[in-house]
Amino acid sequence: MYSFEPSDEQKMLMDAASRYAANDLRPAGREAEEGKELPLKLVNKGWELGLLQASIPEAYGGFGDRSAVTGVLAAEALAFGDLAGALAVGTPGLFALPILLAGSEEQKQQYLMPVIEAEWKPYTAALIEPAFDFDPNDLRTTAEAKGGDYLLTGEKTLVPYAEKAEAMIVYAKLDGVTKGFIVPKGAAGLSFGAEREKFMGLNAIPFQRVKLQAVKVPAANLLPGDFAPLLAAQRVAMAAMAVGLARAAFEYARDYAKEREAFGVKVAQKQAIAFMLAEMATEIDAIRVLTWEAAWMLDTGKEEAFKEAYLAYTGAVDMAMMVTDRAVQVLGGHGYIREHPVEMWTREGRGVAMFTGLAIV
Amino acid sequence: MTIEFEAPKPIANQQSMLKTVAEEMMRSKSRYFDEHEHEIPYDYIEFMHIAMRATGAGSLAPKEKKEEAPDPNKPKRPPIGYQMLAHMLEMLCWGDVGMYLVTPGGGLGAAAVQSAANDEQKAKFLARFGEEKPTFAAMCMTEAGAGSDTASIRSTAVLDKEKNEWVLNGEKIFVTSGHKSIVPDAKFGKGFIVVWATIDPKAGRAGMRSFVVESGTPGVRVEKLEHKLGIRCSDTATITLTDARVPFENILGSPTVEVSTKGFKGAMATFDATRPLIAATGIGVARAALEFVKEKLAENGVTIRYGLPRQKLTNIEREVIDMEIMLRSAWLMTIKAVWMADNGKPNALESSMSKVKGGDVVTKITQKAVEIMGPLGYSREFLLEKWFRDAKITDIYEGTGQINRLVVARQILGYSGAELR
Repeated sequence: MYSFEPSDEQKMLMDAASRYAANDLRPAGREAEEGKELPLKLVNKGWELGLLQASIPEAYGGFGDRSAVTGVLAAEALAFGDLAGALAVGTPGLFALPILLAGSEEQKQQYLMPVIEAEWKPYTAALIEPAFDFDPNDLRTTAEAKGGDYLLTGEKTLVPYAEKAEAMIVYAKLDGVTKGFIVPKGAAGLSFGAEREKFMGLNAIPFQRVKLQAVKVPAANLLPGDFAPLLAAQRVAMAAMAVGLARAAFEYARDYAKEREAFGVKVAQKQAIAFMLAEMATEIDAIRVLTWEAAWMLDTGKEEAFKEAYLAYTGAVDMAMMVTDRAVQVLGGHGYIREHPVEMWTREGRGVAMFTGLAIV
Repeated sequence: MTIEFEAPKPIANQQSMLKTVAEEMMRSKSRYFDEHEHEIPYDYIEFMHIAMRATGAGSLAPKEKKEEAPDPNKPKRPPIGYQMLAHMLEMLCWGDVGMYLVTPGGGLGAAAVQSAANDEQKAKFLARFGEEKPTFAAMCMTEAGAGSDTASIRSTAVLDKEKNEWVLNGEKIFVTSGHKSIVPDAKFGKGFIVVWATIDPKAGRAGMRSFVVESGTPGVRVEKLEHKLGIRCSDTATITLTDARVPFENILGSPTVEVSTKGFKGAMATFDATRPLIAATGIGVARAALEFVKEKLAENGVTIRYGLPRQKLTNIEREVIDMEIMLRSAWLMTIKAVWMADNGKPNALESSMSKVKGGDVVTKITQKAVEIMGPLGYSREFLLEKWFRDAKITDIYEGTGQINRLVVARQILGYSGAELR
């Protein structure tokens, strides 16, 4: 059966996420970007929506089952408000969901409850590496078995809340494949860049480099499961957030074009503008349905799910760039000015290509 | 409800049969009929007619629901008529879009009847497609001076009150299957065309009506058949109507001019249903092209490494991956639009978006496919160059890409035609 209608439960969740996105994240987004800080209260309010908690079974302290489809619906709704805020709310998921999806029973018992039963706390993950050809399936960070331990060596970038994190998942190459490792706070050999990393966008989130110099973790900290489903879950999550971000930019540009006058008419009445908007709306929906299908394939265990997630994410990279750029273009000179959010969104739009691993569903 | 992407069982069941038809009956003849424009593929037509009579598949409009008392023991299944058609069209056009276009049945003509006629008219005009001989119907809308701007149609219909007949005058161009629909052929049943004309030239859109004109009506003539870039198997006719008389009851919609533009909207509503189907036809062609490219690349030892960051991909890999993204997302938009149609959800926006996207991507995919294959892509030894020519029509008929952008833009902006011209 085909169906493009979320369940009633999903609709309720999307409604709650959308309200938070519109009433809390959006109004705070610009200031957070300029002030380089997201208020903890704001993030906590998003955390209380219970999106992550609803993905974790009762046995581990949650109240639901993980669904990638539900995850992408929520991700789009949140990112529509503010991408940085949406990512921050979901950051503990970067730690918890890989354990749920690829962890051992003992790991789930030990690690999940403290994350989801508490208030929002910085748990995180380190995947991305500072190289132009960074490839999640061919990491430079290595894991070496030694005695009953693993030694992790390498350098990570774009790690949210790195130094403050209670614990993190570090991805490293073990025997040629990517694996996740649970690294506790204060592990010997673990160090952080002296300063926060500065990027073109997402300045509200504290990112740091993470250096691993033969960080020793016990063998029990290796996530036994495969990386492929984790990567796919990261890709569809970022694709969905790109859809939310793009929809924000599209709607803002659309509304502006209906207000702004030129030559005696609204600029939206000019086909040059109207057609741009039509194409933006079309591309957003194209990537949305592709993302939904990829998430549905993940949920139903379809063989092509990993490929589809890759296609959705790759498509989302181009879509987000196209839509957010055009939003600036529709506003013209005003789009370039920081008074309007579209210039921030186009900086974030370019980042979608680099953000694999900053979100997961 | 929940979000799902599994093709319903009846669709999955029909697909393998359709694939065989596409391969055996269509692909094997593709080149011949491309090179013999205007020749009629009787074998294909007769085969399809028999097959469709057996299965009940038919025109571009799904079958009317039978009035049966619902069986309370049977779980209610949502309708899937348009979804089924989209899949069917995609697969047949993967075989050959030109030949698909001469599939017997009501086509756009019957779709127009379906969406604008009363029950009596439907019974009278649509029954013939299930009869013994293959039968065609066509839609006559475009005129030399009125393409996408259908409201400026000049053809006229005047009521002869004494004889209670409409007298039609005008010239219609670009009538798909026009010849097979209006020119009697011993091998075919009696077809018809649906002619759009004005009953009051001063009334603009409010005066626009459609009329069923039966095959063999005096005063109706096929003036010429177009020679085209692609879809050469499909006849594209110019038809003149010179004092052509049809019975009063052949008018679809109200015989009087009202202030409203309901008649015109009837025509446009037809498009809400058919636009995603047109997208589906193009997507079939594009899939054929993409599969061909991947096959040839594999033969030459080039595999596509999905999952790599773009920085590590070769240019060919990037192109192929981008083509797959375009094709899959366009297809899913199409499915979404027909799913909405089946479930009675207003889909003017989604319908036109699927056509915008479909027209765009099938053109790009086939262009790229020819480029990637180099001289092999350009050679008539393979069908790829033909698919390039065939795919282009997707972005033109049933509203050009630009017209559909206009429809999408009006929808998203909440503008009328007057506000956004």
